[in-house]
Amino acid sequence: MRFLLRRAGFYLVALWAAVTFNFIIPRLMPGDPAEAYIARLQTQQVTRAQIDAIRAEFGVNPNVPVWKQYFAYLNGLLHGNLGISTSQFPSQVINILRESLPWTIGLVGAALILSFFIGTLVGMLIAWKRGSWYDTAVPPILTFFSAVPYFWMALGLVYLFGVNLNWFPTDSGYDVFSVTPGWSIDFISSVVQHAILPVTTLVIGSLAGWVLTMRNMMITTLSEDYVLMAQAKGLPERRVMFNYAARNAILPSITSFSISLGLIVSGSLLTEIVFNYPGIGFALYKGVQGNDYALVEGCFLVIALAVLIANFLSELIYAFLDPRVRQGRN
Amino acid sequence: MQVTNLTNQQIDSSTILDRVKGRRSAILGAITSNPKIAAGVGVVAFFVLIALAAPLLTPYDPNASVVTGSLPPSSAHILGTTGLGQDMFAQIVYGARISLLVGFSAAIGSTVLQILFGLSSAYFGGIVDDVLSLIINVFLVLPGLPLTIVLASLASTNAANKNEFVIALVLLFTSWSYGARVLRAQTLSLKEREFVTAARASGESSLRIIFAEILPNEVALVASTFIGTFVYAIGAEVALEFLGLGDTSRASWGVILYWAQNNGALIVGKWWQFVPAGLCVAVLCAGLTFINFGIDQLANPRLRAERPQRRRLLSEKKKIVLSTGPTKGAL
Repeated sequence: MRFLLRRAGFYLVALWAAVTFNFIIPRLMPGDPAEAYIARLQTQQVTRAQIDAIRAEFGVNPNVPVWKQYFAYLNGLLHGNLGISTSQFPSQVINILRESLPWTIGLVGAALILSFFIGTLVGMLIAWKRGSWYDTAVPPILTFFSAVPYFWMALGLVYLFGVNLNWFPTDSGYDVFSVTPGWSIDFISSVVQHAILPVTTLVIGSLAGWVLTMRNMMITTLSEDYVLMAQAKGLPERRVMFNYAARNAILPSITSFSISLGLIVSGSLLTEIVFNYPGIGFALYKGVQGNDYALVEGCFLVIALAVLIANFLSELIYAFLDPRVRQGRN
Repeated sequence: MQVTNLTNQQIDSSTILDRVKGRRSAILGAITSNPKIAAGVGVVAFFVLIALAAPLLTPYDPNASVVTGSLPPSSAHILGTTGLGQDMFAQIVYGARISLLVGFSAAIGSTVLQILFGLSSAYFGGIVDDVLSLIINVFLVLPGLPLTIVLASLASTNAANKNEFVIALVLLFTSWSYGARVLRAQTLSLKEREFVTAARASGESSLRIIFAEILPNEVALVASTFIGTFVYAIGAEVALEFLGLGDTSRASWGVILYWAQNNGALIVGKWWQFVPAGLCVAVLCAGLTFINFGIDQLANPRLRAERPQRRRLLSEKKKIVLSTGPTKGAL
């Protein structure tokens, strides 16, 4: 319990840091978000009063002391007020994010689960058959694939399977012209079809990490005495591999979850842009293109929040699996 | 590998020279004896060479339109031309300069931060460690690329800030935490060793112990986190430029991909506009990662002894013990 409270405390601090970054960084930059927005309105006549109103809306009124702005900002966040998007005026940022978040979670979740299972299984097998031709061939090939930039891999898949072979759709999250969103077979199958290429991109790109972590840990556990003992007892190979070696080798893979999650979320941001996938990454891209800082910062906050929650969950699972962590002895 | 400096006073200059020579040949030996490191170093050297020799390799200016429109590869333009009629090969070789330089400088700066944070956090312990490792962990858990994009997009409000220098700074700021944590863990175990205790007993300053006693013993780890950061920095730099957050008027690998995407090169099947740049990034990063695997193998002998599993039952332990000897020296 103490362990959980301590970790929860840490994640609150991390969240506070993310929020504070979001507050400080735009104020450190030359100019401010309101100015950028006003500059875009310069073609029309803007009155002094309008400028003040816009500044107040952005919370960057120079007459208000910074600490007051900061508390106003925190208060706004707690009420779900992330500001107004300037590129998709007058939508609230929070509403844009609410629409895009499920798409990203679906994409990242599917990719994460698939690459974890495939990667761990492959890593286990190649460590077991160490020195065989596929143990020599698989790691370098996967290393090469993981070095490929996500968005470039996405471009390649679009080119091969979308444009040339025309097997899969390469645009948007579902067929916007012929299906309406809802719990219908048509909609779900359209979503799945549209997700195949983006998910494949993410899985190929993130597979190497799981395979190599698992392979290296598996090799270490394979030289333990209890594995030797199990083999000496004449247990079936499969049982030694799964129940003795892999079971103990898998823990570090779970600890590296947070790093993998960070990578796959980053990958998903770029992949969504290539596929015009209606997730957070695409919203972020539109924000960047339109100099829409409220949207860019909102995207960052939502991603940070989601990643922190996911990390906290993975630590809970880890504590559940490994009693040493629970008791704080590790 | 664990050389203490206690005996330094007695060593005259010729033995120091010998030792430097010995170390240099040891490094050379490590590079050539490990096939992964050799392959990786070869790839990196290749890209550094084409970046340096760019004016010799191509007669074209990377940013000048030499033909009208995007032509497929031909003998005059071996990688074709861009939508604006710029020579793609020239863009790739000159672009290598920008991409390598940005990645390298970000990684160097980041490594300095990693050493400062990681080593001082572990060495001083107590409240210093609590505060520094909290900062490290917060940076580690915040998603890196989104933070990088936010910073870069805010920095580029001002068009004058839209350049490689700002990108390198942003990458430096967001990439140091992982290495700092790795170095901290290693320093925690090193600071308990006798040579550190001896140095402390002889009254050396903390600064000297950290940088002259502990740091030299972590060179392999620093090298490997440096390379890891380099890979990350190149990938993130290309991604930022692909999003249009860099200077889009000067060819670098990311900018090439930005224009390929914006001109819809993909939809019309102009593969030569996006294949070469992405391939360069992938091959370079894979090369760097290979060097890292090699270092890993040298430092962790268990990963090195490669024999089929069946034949290494009882003999395993003995061989591992035998094989730890020479590797430590080689590093």
